[in-house]
Amino acid sequence: MYSASDLRKGLKVQIDGEPYIIISFDFSKPGKGQALYRTKMRNMITGNQFTQTYRSNDKFEKPDLEERTMQYLYSQGDEFHFMDTSSYEQIFITREQLGDNINFLVDNMEVQVLFFGEKPIDISLPIFVNLTVTRADPWVKGDTSGTDTKPITVETGYQLQVPPFVEEGDKIQIDTRTGDYMTRVKE
Amino acid sequence: MLSPAGLKQRSDFMQSLRLFFRQRDYIEVDTPIRLPVLLPESEIFPYTSESWWLQTSPELCMKRLLARGVTRIFQICHCFRREEQGRLHAPEFTMLEWYHVGWDYLDLMRECEQLVVALAVACSSFTGITNGKNFLRDDREVRLTPPWHRLTVDEAFAAYTNTTALAALAEDRFDEILVTEIEPHLGWDRPLFLYDYPVQLGSLARPKPEAPHLAERFELYCCGIELANGFSELVDAAQQRLRFSEEISTMQGHGQAGEMPESFLHDLSRLGDTAGIALGVDRLLMLFSGASRLDDVLPFSKDELY
Repeated sequence: MYSASDLRKGLKVQIDGEPYIIISFDFSKPGKGQALYRTKMRNMITGNQFTQTYRSNDKFEKPDLEERTMQYLYSQGDEFHFMDTSSYEQIFITREQLGDNINFLVDNMEVQVLFFGEKPIDISLPIFVNLTVTRADPWVKGDTSGTDTKPITVETGYQLQVPPFVEEGDKIQIDTRTGDYMTRVKE
Repeated sequence: MLSPAGLKQRSDFMQSLRLFFRQRDYIEVDTPIRLPVLLPESEIFPYTSESWWLQTSPELCMKRLLARGVTRIFQICHCFRREEQGRLHAPEFTMLEWYHVGWDYLDLMRECEQLVVALAVACSSFTGITNGKNFLRDDREVRLTPPWHRLTVDEAFAAYTNTTALAALAEDRFDEILVTEIEPHLGWDRPLFLYDYPVQLGSLARPKPEAPHLAERFELYCCGIELANGFSELVDAAQQRLRFSEEISTMQGHGQAGEMPESFLHDLSRLGDTAGIALGVDRLLMLFSGASRLDDVLPFSKDELY
């Protein structure tokens, strides 16, 4: 069990049987008064947020969370199918649960899936992913039109801004946390 | 964490504090940090030092010194409070406490005004000071010229909430409502004294003779930040013993250790009317240096010590 003094941003707790993550946290205490732990939390399954002020005596259950390594297999409509690399068990995650990660997902990619009991609730991709540029306007050397970046599309359909020398067919490294171009990758 | 320039500012600030009190004939005292018995307070959690305790405030020893016949004393010292960490809290912080025999809480409020004004003049080049004499915080200028605002706790509840101090106390929501609905508004145009607290919230303060359900206690706020807590001290040892008994009961209910401080009560019975105040030096320095976190004005933050 966590006590109120353990609370901090990023901590995961269980309330009424559901997992929550603390998204903001503020400790207040009048000099002669009670400590107040003002907490904003997000339900990791429904996405609902709420704010609550807790006291020193309040206690919190630790959620039954487990992180498993899974491999991306294929998608079918809005279902994205993954396989547990040790048990070979298969699950699917919805397009909504995947969120922006869909921009970086390629076949056979290994990801970390966070399970609450048997329910997948969060997915973490590797920090860097290499993707092929499928569409880019050609770079004309000596082009002095003055723009520092140009828009391109990569194999997942994701569009981003890159330096002008990046060409169709190049493989580039992208930071999955920000969606930004990092560098070109040599094969 | 402080840079060399920040360390110099902290040093200049401390020297200006000391000069203010020396000029008013206060004696600087330094009392033990490690004690076998503390004043029982149910909402303050002390650190242990083997079978003794680290002080959460120098009040116990300073009041005992007053019983020996000194009449004006001040101290700047480190205090320790377990479980207090945040934007405005550090488990080890610096407190300024001062006591003046023969005064009451209204006299101390006036001296507080004089102290901050004197510091602003001495430290007029600090980042948080504008026009050589006012605070600048969140792009707002806080005028420091006395008299500052004074608001009773009842007036504050009436102005900023849809309940009363007593109702909030009955529901055990006084602190929550004070912190969320009242404090953020206090001390922006000028610093503000919130005073005349319900007597249940001033276990070491004297009840108002004409309104004994209220205690002669005040808190100084500036920019929504609680800076100081002062009172006309309770010097009736029998009443103090009763209040300590209640605190100890509450503490035992929570599983906290609490002991009756006998030598303190004995010395208290020799004290005449006195007023005392505790001020958070780091927090005041935060306002002077324009810092947003307490850590920013400490030589070391807790995490840097590992």
